[in-house]
Amino acid sequence: MLGITGGKVFDPINGIDGRLMDIWIKDGKVVPEEMIDKSEAQIIDASGKVVMPGGVDIHSHIAGAKVNSGRKMCPEDSLRLLRPRSQITRSGSGLTVPSTHLTGYLYSEMGYTTVMEAAAAPLVARHTHEELEDIPNIDKGVFITMGNNHFIMKCIRDGELGKAKDYVAWLVGAAKGFAIKIVNPGGVENWKYGKNVQNLDDEVIGFGVTPRQILTTLGQINKDLKLPHPLHIHGLRLGQAGNVDITIETMELMNEFNGHFCHVQFMSYGGERGSLPQSASKKIAQAINEKSGVSVDVGQIVFGPATTMTSDGPAQFSLHQRIGGKWINDDLESESGGGLAPLTFKRNNPLHGTMWLTGLEIFLLVDDPWKVFLTTDHPNAGPFLGYPQVIRLLMDRDYRTREFERLHTKAKKNALLPELKREYTLYEIAIITRGGPARRLGLKNKGHLGIGADADLTVYLPDDDKEEMFSHPAWVVKDGEIVVKDGHLVREQPGRTMYVSPNYDPQIEEDIKAHFKESYTISFENYSIRSEHMGPNEKISCD
Amino acid sequence: MSRIIEDVICKFCGCLCDDIAVETEDDHIVKIKRACPNGRSMFLDYDSSFSKPLVNGREVEWDEAITAAADILDKADSPLIYGLSSTSSESQRKAVELADHLGAVIDSTSSVCHFPTSQALQAVGEATCTLGEVKNRADLLIYWGCNPLVSHIRHFSRYSANAKGMLLPNGRKDRTVVVVDVRPTATSKVADIFLQIKPETDYEILSSLRALVHGKKPEYCIDGVNIEQLEQLAAMLKNCRYGVIFFGMGLTMSTGRSYNVTELFTLVAELNKFNRFSAMPMRGHGNVAGADQVLTWLSGYPTAVSFACGIPQIGPGEFTSVDMLAGKEIDAAFIIASNPAVHFPHAAASHLKKIPTIHMAPVSNGFTGDADVILPTACYGIDAPGTSYRMDNVPLRLRSVLKKKRPTDEEVLIQIIKAVKKC
Repeated sequence: MLGITGGKVFDPINGIDGRLMDIWIKDGKVVPEEMIDKSEAQIIDASGKVVMPGGVDIHSHIAGAKVNSGRKMCPEDSLRLLRPRSQITRSGSGLTVPSTHLTGYLYSEMGYTTVMEAAAAPLVARHTHEELEDIPNIDKGVFITMGNNHFIMKCIRDGELGKAKDYVAWLVGAAKGFAIKIVNPGGVENWKYGKNVQNLDDEVIGFGVTPRQILTTLGQINKDLKLPHPLHIHGLRLGQAGNVDITIETMELMNEFNGHFCHVQFMSYGGERGSLPQSASKKIAQAINEKSGVSVDVGQIVFGPATTMTSDGPAQFSLHQRIGGKWINDDLESESGGGLAPLTFKRNNPLHGTMWLTGLEIFLLVDDPWKVFLTTDHPNAGPFLGYPQVIRLLMDRDYRTREFERLHTKAKKNALLPELKREYTLYEIAIITRGGPARRLGLKNKGHLGIGADADLTVYLPDDDKEEMFSHPAWVVKDGEIVVKDGHLVREQPGRTMYVSPNYDPQIEEDIKAHFKESYTISFENYSIRSEHMGPNEKISCD
Repeated sequence: MSRIIEDVICKFCGCLCDDIAVETEDDHIVKIKRACPNGRSMFLDYDSSFSKPLVNGREVEWDEAITAAADILDKADSPLIYGLSSTSSESQRKAVELADHLGAVIDSTSSVCHFPTSQALQAVGEATCTLGEVKNRADLLIYWGCNPLVSHIRHFSRYSANAKGMLLPNGRKDRTVVVVDVRPTATSKVADIFLQIKPETDYEILSSLRALVHGKKPEYCIDGVNIEQLEQLAAMLKNCRYGVIFFGMGLTMSTGRSYNVTELFTLVAELNKFNRFSAMPMRGHGNVAGADQVLTWLSGYPTAVSFACGIPQIGPGEFTSVDMLAGKEIDAAFIIASNPAVHFPHAAASHLKKIPTIHMAPVSNGFTGDADVILPTACYGIDAPGTSYRMDNVPLRLRSVLKKKRPTDEEVLIQIIKAVKKC
């Protein structure tokens, strides 16, 4: 039993904006005060402090084949952050691609308690789950890539949408995924012929279907299956000048189905194709503001080292062609692909400055904070450890202006940012880092502190320097246990992996078996992941 | 009672063929279907019966053996944990936890096979794919310094040269097979083109191919090949649809080592400007790829990791087992699921005989007799389930077909971790 008393609570899901309140915790849940025997409860005196639900990250690459390839490829990243073992914790290394235990410690020390791994191909999801089990102190889930899946594209080609629906339901359950992810629909398949897609009506080689059909089919299926999270979309032409138009076109297409558009900063550039990208923040923000079914996370650039990694193989290849250096590509049979390239974002680089501006402007121009969430698309735009700095940039206009002045002259020219006076409030920060992502993920027990919520919360020491405040919370509670005390990690405990397993017509398995014989190199019987082979896990219902 | 278990995974080599049928009778394996000779004998020769652990040649109960093992590890100033390539990733994870706690050096058999491949990956990255992409797309296959018809017997039929796939409905007829090696092999005999090269010329040939691919003609000669042969090969590399180069220890463990593989990876990366191209190491043991993966996600590094300073550090030539043993820098060794007696050079193997050692494996091998503590465990994929990573890093869950009569590596490691924490 635990009481967090006298703190100033920011709990946007319950409409609480800085009210002085006591929070009571029993058996890992938030409970009413009368259920607590105060003579036995441990009390955290939070008077003068700020209390928020534990942070929820809607999009971060923390585990699995791609992340581990990043660790393997970049021993130099290990030297950027080294953590010795202690009495209670394991050793670890890595800043942009930290080792698994260290990932858990770092998120925990930053006040985060739930993190979604942004992508795994189902064929290698078993690897992702092994790593997730080795990330302590946070709950997690994984999005399953389906935008280039052969079975789905065949169903679309043959007009068998019911079959596609049963297959998707089977697949997300077989991979123990939490949501459906689309990455460059059709483009990753075309990359296996050295090509890509540029428009929604381009053809996917060998299937005769289009990105538009893949998006709407999966959008409809996502809706029909009542998955907790809407379709998680990484669209076409990531990182290319002028891509804002295709992003808006895709938002218009997906609005009726609901869609979450991830790392939208990378998808919101103006300028002629082939030229240097410009910020199209105004245009994209307007589209987001107008469309009720659309949410985004930003993928804000943080200057310094990054490791770019995505299932978007062709995007990684063109980045590699532009910047040179190391490059990994991995084509995955019948399902997906991916690539990686290390990259450092430099303040004095005009393009990087423009990307930094684009992200901040989107944050400041989207009116409704429930539609825009804080991410750095870790580690693509920078490590998640940059979140406190981004929070300061959003809350402190003077600091923002000073940082703006340090950019390259070319990036500053005609920039919109200096005109934007908005400063985020603590309540709004609580929305974009907790309430908003939790609600959009459909996690009813996360991101708030109402009765019955998971007892995940963070206590901050107020500070005018918001970066300092959000870097070093005083207390962090996970599942009712104190994991950070006086700013120090004091406890390592396993987190849960959340997954969905929607119902499907078992007849479909015969079709899938035939597909496996034809296309795969492993048998159907050895494909599905069983929950008893995972670490602690929780099935989230679809209703 | 007899029963047939289908879709069993064979973990003998990195192919992890998952279509094996195993027939058992009264908890004995009596018949194997579809496995290659290597896999067949692994299953048929396996003895799952209970046997007690040994301490200094004396049969003891498990508790005593665990205490003896923990005692050796706790007393050591510089312990080594080595092997890992034939155990499950669940056990590998526990082995790393133990190493981290002890401040030990941990190293897998990658140390003596494909560590140079990891070093090349650290230098330039790697363009690769899963075996299904090879089966479905690859019209040009090159086997360099490897002999899969002997080492990975079903590789040809399941995944590569002879497999029928999406864009290759006629299998072998639709593909061109090239072998590059220093001597004729079983594999070179079935190739369309065999480029026999002189030992120690791999690097020069690979850089010449890079030059030729970019339209430049090298002005030097390479012993043993003529430039027309290389021009022909370079043209094939550029003109195929989807090419794959498989490579083995002929490239990684011969002169040049990681430089050879770096040159190969660079060539393959550059070929992606013309068409699509991938490279893939022929990983030997069933879960050696998993050892690299597990060590990487837990420490940041794939092989030869020292926790001696409290943080993970990598050191090729420094923390590699052979170098540490030959330099007499190790004072106790815990060998897991491998046989260093046959793979290590004399100086390293003889130091192993002088220090206290623990051997944990399901089957005794040439090293077992030398160990002070012998821990006979169950065999993943036969009498214990567990996860294993195929040579293309696709993870599979191994099935068990017999009743388990000995503890698993993972179970023993958990007990040893508990015991050393008490020390």
